[in-house]
Amino acid sequence: MSAFQALLYRDMKLAFRAGGGASLAMAFFGLVISLQPFGVGPDLMLLSRIAGGVLWVTAALAAMLSLDRLFQADYEDGSLDIIALSPLSLEWAATAKMLAHWLTTGLPLVLLSPLLGLLLNLPAPGYLPLIMSLMIGTPALSGIGAIGAALTLSIRRGGLILVLIVLPLISPTLIFGAGTVIDAIEGTGRGAFALLAAFSVAVVGLSPFAAAASVRLNLAN
Amino acid sequence: MAVSMTRITVLANPKRFLDYSSVLLPWTGGLAFVLLAVGLYWALFETPPDYQQHETVKIMFVHVPAAWMGIFVYSLIAGASLGGLVFRHPLSDVAAKSAAPLGAAFTALALVTGSLWGRPTWGTYWQWGDARLVSELLLLFIYFGYIALWNAIDDPTRAAKAAAVLALVGAADLPIIHFSVEWWNTLHQPNNTLVLGGGGIDPAFLWPLLIMALGYTVLFVWLWLLRMRTEIFERRARALMMAKGA
Repeated sequence: MSAFQALLYRDMKLAFRAGGGASLAMAFFGLVISLQPFGVGPDLMLLSRIAGGVLWVTAALAAMLSLDRLFQADYEDGSLDIIALSPLSLEWAATAKMLAHWLTTGLPLVLLSPLLGLLLNLPAPGYLPLIMSLMIGTPALSGIGAIGAALTLSIRRGGLILVLIVLPLISPTLIFGAGTVIDAIEGTGRGAFALLAAFSVAVVGLSPFAAAASVRLNLAN
Repeated sequence: MAVSMTRITVLANPKRFLDYSSVLLPWTGGLAFVLLAVGLYWALFETPPDYQQHETVKIMFVHVPAAWMGIFVYSLIAGASLGGLVFRHPLSDVAAKSAAPLGAAFTALALVTGSLWGRPTWGTYWQWGDARLVSELLLLFIYFGYIALWNAIDDPTRAAKAAAVLALVGAADLPIIHFSVEWWNTLHQPNNTLVLGGGGIDPAFLWPLLIMALGYTVLFVWLWLLRMRTEIFERRARALMMAKGA
C-alpha cells in the first residue's frame, strides 16, 4: 500500500469512527432541510421554487462542519510532523486529506440529497441536475475548505474563523451549483453546469499547493 | 526594473521607512484634506443636477471612489503579500496588515453610500440586481476573514505568512466571484434597474470625480503610513518588553 493510500484510509477510518464528523454532517444536512418549512411555511409551490438553492446552501454549510479537524487533530498530536517528514510530499498529503474529506462528507451529502429534495418538493427535472451538480461541486468545497483548515490549524476554536474565511470564497460554487438546478427546471441551457465543472477542476487542481504551503508555514520554526 | 527594485528594497528597511514617512506624513495629510475639500465643494455645489436623478446623483462622488479604493487596497494587500512570501521584505507584512482595516472601511463606505443611493433611484436600500454592489459585499466578507486570521494567530511571523497565503487565494478567487455574480444576475433576469455609476459620464462630473478619487487615494496613503508607523512602534515596544522580561 502506498503512503497516499495509507493516509487516505486512515483519515476515512477516523472520520467514520467515534468523534469523526462524517455522520454528523449528514444529520446536520437532514435536520436543517427539515427545519426550512417551519421557517418559510408549508406552501409546496414556494418550497419547490427554493428547493434547489436551499439544498445547495445547506450542503455547503454541512461540508464546513468537519473541516476544522482536517489538519488540526494531526497538528495537535504530532502526526502532522510525521506526515511532513514522510517521503510523501505535503501536496499529495493535502490531496489525500481532501479526498478523504470529500469521500466521508461530500459524497454522503450527494447520496442523501434526492431524499431531502422530496421533502422540499423539488420538481422532477431537478433531481438529476441536483445530484450531478453536488457531485461535481462538492470537491471544490473540500478543496477551498482544506486551504482554510490548513491556515487555521494552530488556532484554538479556529472553526469559526475557518467558516468566515471559506464561505465567501466558495460563493461561485453556490451560484453555479444552484444555477444548474434552476437551469434544468426552467430549461435555460447547461451553462451553469459547465462553469461549475470548470471552477471545481481549477480548485481541485490548485488547492493542494495552497493547502500544502499553509501547512508548511505552520510547521516551520 | 533593477532601479525600482533597489528603491523598494531601500524602503524595506524599517528605520529608513520611519525617516521617510515622518517627512511624508504631514504633506499627505494636508494634501488629502485640500483635495477632499476642493472635490466635495466642486461635486456638491458646482455640478449641475442630473436630468433623471436630480441631486441624488451627487452620492456618486463619495460612492464610486470608495468602491474603487476597496478593490485597489485589496490588490495592494495581495501585492505586498506576494512580496512578503517571495522576497521576505520585513515591511511587506506590516504594509499588508495596516492596509486591511482601511480597505474594509472603504468597502463598507461604498456599500453604505451605494444603498443610500439605491433608495431614491431603485426604491429599495438593497438591490441584488447590481452585480458590483453584491461583489463589494463579498469583498467586505473577505476583508473580515483576512483581518480575523491576522488577529487569531499569536505568533506574528506565522500570522503574516498565513494571512499572505489567504490574500493571494482571495486575489485569485475575486475575479471569479465577480464573474459568477454577474452571471447569476443574467440568470435571474433583473428588471432593468439602473446600474450605479453605469453608462457614459458627463465631463462636468468627470473632473470632480477624479479629484475625489485622488483625494481618497491620498487619504488612504496618509492613514496607511500612519498605521504602518504605529505597527512598527508597537512591535518595537513588544520586543523591548520581552527583552526586559527575559
